[in-house]
Amino acid sequence: MTPAVRVEHLEVRFGDILALTGTTLAVEPGRVCGLVGMNGAGKTTLLRSVLGLVRPVSGVVHVDGDPPARARRAGGIAYVPQSEDVDWDFPLSVRDVVATGRYAHLGVLRRPREADRAAVDAALDRVGLAALADRQIGALSGGQRKRAFVARAIAQGASLLLLDEPFAGVDTGTQHDLTRLLRELAATGATVLVSTHDLDAVPALCDEVALVAGTVLDQGEPAAMLEPASLARAFAGRPGA
Amino acid sequence: MSWLTDPLTYEFFVRALTVTTVAAVVCAALSCWLVLIGWALLGDAVSHAVLPGVVLAYVLGAPFAIGALVAALVAVTLIGGLRDSSRLKEDTAIGVVFTSLFALGLVLISVTPSQTDLAHILFGNLLGVSTGDLVQVLVLAALALAVLVAKRRDLTLFAFDPVHAFAIGLSPRRLSALLLGLLAVVTVTALQAVGVILVVALLVIPGATAYLLTDRFSRMLLIAPALAGGSAILGSYASFWLDASPGGVVVLTMSAVFALVYLVSPRHGLITRRVARRRARTAVVGPTSPATEGNRP
Repeated sequence: MTPAVRVEHLEVRFGDILALTGTTLAVEPGRVCGLVGMNGAGKTTLLRSVLGLVRPVSGVVHVDGDPPARARRAGGIAYVPQSEDVDWDFPLSVRDVVATGRYAHLGVLRRPREADRAAVDAALDRVGLAALADRQIGALSGGQRKRAFVARAIAQGASLLLLDEPFAGVDTGTQHDLTRLLRELAATGATVLVSTHDLDAVPALCDEVALVAGTVLDQGEPAAMLEPASLARAFAGRPGA
Repeated sequence: MSWLTDPLTYEFFVRALTVTTVAAVVCAALSCWLVLIGWALLGDAVSHAVLPGVVLAYVLGAPFAIGALVAALVAVTLIGGLRDSSRLKEDTAIGVVFTSLFALGLVLISVTPSQTDLAHILFGNLLGVSTGDLVQVLVLAALALAVLVAKRRDLTLFAFDPVHAFAIGLSPRRLSALLLGLLAVVTVTALQAVGVILVVALLVIPGATAYLLTDRFSRMLLIAPALAGGSAILGSYASFWLDASPGGVVVLTMSAVFALVYLVSPRHGLITRRVARRRARTAVVGPTSPATEGNRP
């Protein structure tokens, strides 16, 4: 089977800073893979490399067996940003934001058709935000905001979801809801790559874990990766990380 | 009604009114995105930096818009290059580049034998709008407005979440270039109306005003041009009867509308929010809405 995500010998630099080196990762379709590591370990860089947003010095990134550009154009990749990367005062409603998930499938003017509106409504319904659809996006609680962006990914019909620290600053109820939602999506064939430094969330969510510390140290079953000996390597830290 | 109709008997006034209103409306549409992306300073920079391009276009007999586009491109490239190749922050790079280009423009004007008065380019020349000027402004404004309206959904997505735009196969780089190109074109339309120095007012104030009035971008895109157009008409008449600088009066009108909205906007006004807070405090049972306070990072 072609892996949904395949990263080989990836090296990424930002100026003089080596963000990732010798990084290798493979995730089969329908699996939820957690990227676990400290802040600054390169989790976001790895996610953005899979998206194709970060240009590597060397190495290969494939999504469904092709460079990520192909999957992007087909609307196959959804990215759920970290909360602090979003302008929550932006004058868009929850529905407006979810509707941007459909843009990949629309013509140059991005005029939504009836089917697109239905897909947006269905996505809002699925994450339990139908009643709040006309609120300004910032007028949601932390957990609702996360669900709005997952709804955008659902409306998009993406087969690969990249989530950057979805559990940062959300309560346990929301964590539970998001976990259930992502497990449901994986059960229907979507691949999920999720970065987190919150270890409590991992066992219920992830089929596998990749330990990230400037590279992928190891990849395997959550139970094995979360053993103290494994974690110590990821969280022992490298200088400056 | 004669105060309304009398000025219209002067052809120069009709032309001035047309140019100002059209420029204000199209600048206002663009300003919605500039304000939300945080490009007000960049708008200021590009509008000043077009000066040498406009002067050279005049010398060569080329359309002003071409000169402005080239100069804007040079300015944006220099700003990006300076930022990426040194330890300087973007606002510093902007400050260095646009003042340098503006100075170059001043020097070029002073050594160019021409009938074009320096003051006209700096402060606008509403009293001397020729038919050619009028046609140029109308064509450029129509073009810019058509592109903005057609591409509004992509531009808004770029402003809100460029990473998502990238993730679904759009090019944030191209959308950003499109906005900057439109900025240059729109600057040319406003040059005649208010001059290089005050163009930035048309590029920032209407969007800022509309943003304080609504939480919907689609409405912002109607409110900003409506307010700007209204201010342009009101300001033009006021300047006629007061015999005061037209560009100055038009911008002051916009500033006054902004000040009013800033204070008493139904949702985001300073006074409105204070009153609402006091009421909430004095209410016996006051369920606080998560929408208003404490939820914004």
